[in-house]
Amino acid sequence: MKELLSGNEAIARGAWEAGVKVGSGYPGTPSTEILENLVKFKSDVYCEWSPNEKVALEVAAGAAVSGVRSIVTMKHVGLNVAADPLMTLSYIGIVGGMVIVVADDPGMNSSQTEQDTRHYGRLAKVPVLEPGNAREAIEFVKQAFDLSEKYRCPVILRSTTSVSHSRALVEVGERITGAEANFKRNPSQFVPLPIWGRKLRLKAEERVASQIKDAAISDLNRIFNGNGNHELGIISGGIAALHCRDIFPEADILKLGWAWPFPDELLKDFAGKVKRLLIIEEADPIIEEHVKSLGITCEGKTLVPRCGELTPIKIREIRAKVYGEKFEMPLPAAEDLPGRPPILCAGCPHRGIFFGLAQFDVIVTGDIGCYSLGVFPPLSRTDIILCMGGGFSLSQGMVKAGEKRPLVGVVGDSTFFHSGITGLLDIVYNQGNSTLIVVDNRTTAMTGHQDHPGTGQTLMGEPTVAASIEKIAEACGMKRIRVVNPYHINEVKEALNEELSVNEPSLIISRAPCILKERKSVGQALAIDSAKCRNCKQCLKLGCPAIETAGGAKPKINAQLCIGCTLCQQLCKFGAISELPPPPQT
Amino acid sequence: MITNILLTGVGGQGILLAARIIASAAQNAGFDVTTNEIHGMAQRGGSVTAQIRYGQEVLSPLILEGTADAFGALEPIEALRYSHYLKPEATAVVASRPIIPITVSSGQAVYPDNLKERLNKTFPKLKFIDFDAIALEKFKNIKVANTILLGTLSTGLSLPGNAWSNAIAQCVKSAYVELNENAFEYGRNL
Repeated sequence: MKELLSGNEAIARGAWEAGVKVGSGYPGTPSTEILENLVKFKSDVYCEWSPNEKVALEVAAGAAVSGVRSIVTMKHVGLNVAADPLMTLSYIGIVGGMVIVVADDPGMNSSQTEQDTRHYGRLAKVPVLEPGNAREAIEFVKQAFDLSEKYRCPVILRSTTSVSHSRALVEVGERITGAEANFKRNPSQFVPLPIWGRKLRLKAEERVASQIKDAAISDLNRIFNGNGNHELGIISGGIAALHCRDIFPEADILKLGWAWPFPDELLKDFAGKVKRLLIIEEADPIIEEHVKSLGITCEGKTLVPRCGELTPIKIREIRAKVYGEKFEMPLPAAEDLPGRPPILCAGCPHRGIFFGLAQFDVIVTGDIGCYSLGVFPPLSRTDIILCMGGGFSLSQGMVKAGEKRPLVGVVGDSTFFHSGITGLLDIVYNQGNSTLIVVDNRTTAMTGHQDHPGTGQTLMGEPTVAASIEKIAEACGMKRIRVVNPYHINEVKEALNEELSVNEPSLIISRAPCILKERKSVGQALAIDSAKCRNCKQCLKLGCPAIETAGGAKPKINAQLCIGCTLCQQLCKFGAISELPPPPQT
Repeated sequence: MITNILLTGVGGQGILLAARIIASAAQNAGFDVTTNEIHGMAQRGGSVTAQIRYGQEVLSPLILEGTADAFGALEPIEALRYSHYLKPEATAVVASRPIIPITVSSGQAVYPDNLKERLNKTFPKLKFIDFDAIALEKFKNIKVANTILLGTLSTGLSLPGNAWSNAIAQCVKSAYVELNENAFEYGRNL
């Protein structure tokens, strides 16, 4: 039976069919939907959102060394967090198959960097498989489990945004029965003390050597013949290879589904059969550099962009360069169109905090989440973002560097549990002076409302202990802790005023649930009485998408967007904003 | 031969549901089909696009600019923003009611005032319709604006009627199937 599945749904389905028993991960676009779909099989598979990617990888590793198949999912930057256990796991190895799904984001649609996960395969000496669409994803994930068990090492399955979020008709199958957990003690295998670790290091190299041979005959790598004249050969991978098949129908195309290590014999053989060889790969020239290291002449990044997603139009441009043709890129109708950037939703509880911060001359070190949108005008209240958890620790460095203005570190609730706690601990321990804010909207909002250790519910849908941000901070030694309601502007301002003026660290927890998660209004929708409105534009300083104006006209509230948070009403000095009359009873 | 369809609008307007209905209709008609959706940050009121491709065998799920056979926009400036995807001779179906972006409300940018003229210049074949008004007047439910637009768009696609009605039944909650079928039919006759 064929189903229209996204790449992420296909990965989840393939893992279930492969008999996987444990799935872990931390949410991150574009990887999030894998576990959300895998947990639909929760009678067969235990699934969890771990506090961060490092923990998630360790959980999956524990399952795999016990003998069962496991899968762990994350976005590309998540693998940076999980890199430490990955490197050692490559040495000690696994028993049941383990697949690490990493979703890269070429084009940086919702990411802070554009890193290429294939590098990690080489660094950790583990195979990387790269499907180009959902049809391949379901097959590749199953093969990844088989390869993982064959070589006794984890296998990375690299997806990208357009693979994870595109749908295709996928042939689905049945589940195989997986092995039971039964850990077998073997310290010389599982304990990498130098005495054993040095031997494990040698084994990892031997393993890669055999993979190079196996990859050359693997059906993960496929050749698509062109028109038969072999003038042009292209080596590509992932979804870019599919675009290449559309745009270079005459060329012979070698699609590398096994992205690392490389099938040297196959590369040499393919290169020998074509007159001109071109490498079309997204991101870094990893294939190109390897092909050149084999002494093969080829073209690559001189014609192919390094940055951004290789969309069909970019490959069309490459085609023009390859053949020396003229090509006019179809352009948008107008460059002068007003932008429509993502913004904090109408009624978002973060807005009150950022508006409050905008009233003070402070430096705000921000973090990864919806609240990174606090950087945009008119709020303009985030000055720097580094990484998950960095919102706290960056502020400590600035304080200790002697920065004169007060430092405010902002993280989200999920981010606090991910890696904010250690930053807070550092600030208390090393006698910092930052004002720390957790914008606690009771969910992992940006990625679509996943649970975390503070929500009191697991990914399996079971009630559980809800970790307390206040008590954790208190246990770390934080003395000044207060909770504010971000919908009360005066309360926010008063809290900031007091905490910014003390000469010790403090924690403000801004607590109100994400309105998108709750799916209910905070209050009655509001309207502006144009007779009372003086067009002072104070309400527009909130940057609320429900308050609309154009061409200097008095602002109006879009009743369909307004959820009655009343921030604008609190700001209006002329009493022009009030509740809409309730709808007539029917 | 592959048919390419591009939908665009603003987060929350129902673009992704419309894309699912088109894909199901193509699958019901026996075609291979792919879709691509923009997720993530775009959910927060940003511009959203969905791409659907169907034919005997579809490889890439992404549409090459200048090759879309059908084009539906639920907001006028989002139509202009992605107009370069449309084939020159194909029809654009565009909802006429603007959604003012925050960049305009906060005074950083200006919403174009000669919209109709610009759209006519950009799209030689244009259906410029107030789908929101129709949804409210005829169906008392603004949420079916996307389904009415889909009905109008469907007249440019060669999929049979029962493929569409089955697709609506497959993709919409059962309580809303009849409403959406009526909205779709209304759009087909615009």
